[in-house]
Amino acid sequence: MNPEKVVFGFFIVLALTLNFGFFVGEIDNPDHHHVYELFAVVVVNLVATLLKFGDRTQMGAILLATSLVAVLQLLAAALVWAMAVHVTGSGLTPIVMASIVSLSGGAMLANVISVVLLVIETVMLRR
Amino acid sequence: MHNIYFLIFRRMRRPLLALVLTYAVAVLGLSLIPGQDDAGNPWHMDLFHSFYFVSFMATTIGFGEIPYPFTDGQRLWVTFSLYATVIVWLYAIGTLLALFRDRSFQHALTEGRFARRVRQLREGFYLVCGYGETGSALVAALTERGHRVVAIDIDPDRVSLLQLESLRQFVPVLAGDAARPDCLMQAGLKHPLCKGVVALTNIDEVNLKVAITSKLLHPEIKVICRSDSLDVEANMKSFGTDYIINPFETFASHLAVALQAPGLFLLQSWLSGSPEYRLQEPVYPQSSGRWIVCGYGRFGKAICQRLKREGIEPVVVEAHPEITGMPEGGYVLGRGTEEKTLREAGIEGAVGLVAGTDNDANNLSIIMTAREIRPELFIVLRQNRMENQAVIDAVEADMVMHKSAIVANRIRVLLGTPLLYQFTSLALHQSDAWACELVSRISALVTSHSPDIWELRLEPDDALAVCRGLEQGRLIQLQHLSADPGDRRRPLECIPLLLKRDGESFMLPDPEIPVKRGDRLLYCGRAAARHRMGWCLQNIHALNYILTGESVSTGWVWRKLKRHGLLGRSAGESRSGE
Repeated sequence: MNPEKVVFGFFIVLALTLNFGFFVGEIDNPDHHHVYELFAVVVVNLVATLLKFGDRTQMGAILLATSLVAVLQLLAAALVWAMAVHVTGSGLTPIVMASIVSLSGGAMLANVISVVLLVIETVMLRR
Repeated sequence: MHNIYFLIFRRMRRPLLALVLTYAVAVLGLSLIPGQDDAGNPWHMDLFHSFYFVSFMATTIGFGEIPYPFTDGQRLWVTFSLYATVIVWLYAIGTLLALFRDRSFQHALTEGRFARRVRQLREGFYLVCGYGETGSALVAALTERGHRVVAIDIDPDRVSLLQLESLRQFVPVLAGDAARPDCLMQAGLKHPLCKGVVALTNIDEVNLKVAITSKLLHPEIKVICRSDSLDVEANMKSFGTDYIINPFETFASHLAVALQAPGLFLLQSWLSGSPEYRLQEPVYPQSSGRWIVCGYGRFGKAICQRLKREGIEPVVVEAHPEITGMPEGGYVLGRGTEEKTLREAGIEGAVGLVAGTDNDANNLSIIMTAREIRPELFIVLRQNRMENQAVIDAVEADMVMHKSAIVANRIRVLLGTPLLYQFTSLALHQSDAWACELVSRISALVTSHSPDIWELRLEPDDALAVCRGLEQGRLIQLQHLSADPGDRRRPLECIPLLLKRDGESFMLPDPEIPVKRGDRLLYCGRAAARHRMGWCLQNIHALNYILTGESVSTGWVWRKLKRHGLLGRSAGESRSGE
């Protein structure tokens, strides 16, 4: 067992599960989507991206790409949230909430691809 | 180039992870710790504000407690995260700076830059392995003629020496081992525009390895190698190395030519001299009588072999015959620097002396001693080091053999003017009188410096007007090419040395011979003649004038007028004066 692989897999899966946790619920209901959950998703995704740095394989490159997509989507969601609450002062209206959640939904799709790739790589490992 | 990015990523992973995690903890803690607003109500900082606060706190830009003064609990947390984030930042920036100063990173950076420059070459180039005395002389000569060169040397000091040199062309240079195929490939061995590989390192095995690698990876290109020993030479020949240059053998054959045919030797040295070469007086070594060869190393052996072939039995003087091997005809033990040894070798009756040890000081001492006994000796001196040039010049030997100069000169001729290389080999079969006549013809053309040598190929690139004239079925003779475009009765100051057509070579071709498309010509003469010749080759009007003596009216109006006979005789005919 390689401890590096454990940490790597842990963060990739955690990024997906947290993302899913934030995503589920009515899309325009602020009560179903807590901001701390979004914060956790952003942090864990950043960590997962950094862990993929410096891998020279083809698989490593694709994994890095999916993570970068997820981070981009999540940062956009966080930005929308900050704009709505603090800058424009409109608060979490259903429209704003829907766009935040759908952005995180896109990030979740990227995270799903990440996990699928990870599983494929593991399956293809020959003993 | 990719390697560098991966290296940065790989090294920066840990500091960046530490940075993200510390930020996350600091931001989260700040948003969880209860505070008070200005009215004393309990208040929680939200994530947006705590991220903002941590961002400017971590970089210690300076801060106030916003939006409300902090409670003691918040201050405790900020104190803790302040130290944590500053340390993490220092760690990250420190790692980045260390990375930039890292040797392997620096090396990767220069290698990447070198590989990119080689990839971006858009002209044919030669790859020179080894930038020592020979390599630097060759690179200077090639760039002077406008060739592109890529160089490799294992010694970083010599690489920086090249970068200080002011060469006419930019020369990408790599500090690497030429014996390693990946270094050669990085230097463009497989580049489609690589025209040739020249292996000039001072280790024969490395040259051998370069030759094998080049022949395997890029079989079409020319491979030229320097080799100091005969068995490596045979090895190189076995897999088809195009040219192998052994400086000792080369010089020995020069000496043989000088003994046999002094005129031919003079011709060779005039034609193959570098542009700064001053024309030297002919030398007349005596081919009968006693020759003394001091030093029986690789040079001495090559000389002895040649002298024997010329019918001269040399007397060998050698200090360490147990290392160099015993010469067949006996020898005199000693260095040759003492009068006693030289007398023992019979210096009183000798006609020639070869100072051929591998030590310049000893060689000079041999010559000084020998001259005291017998001033009229013909002296051949071996020069081992470039920096002794001044003393070597002062001793005024009749012939000087400098290993690096011989190799560099030969390769320069080989790459720069391949036809001259053929010409000198063909000239060896000619008589001395023939050579003397040619030498006197050349000396009439030039002044104190060696003549310009140039090659010409009758193709549209080099000779557009001539090719077009030939397509129209006009008869163009060789003498037309070297007629002055200003006055066609006067020939230019140049001599056609060689005409090559369909694999056949004609030495000193007849001026009446009609030229054909695809002919290759070798000229020697003045630089000015070369420039003027370009007119007749490229300009259809200049060629027309040379062929017919008329200058044709070129404008549309003039042509119309002429066709209708309105103009009578054109102005050009009065100019030709025939």
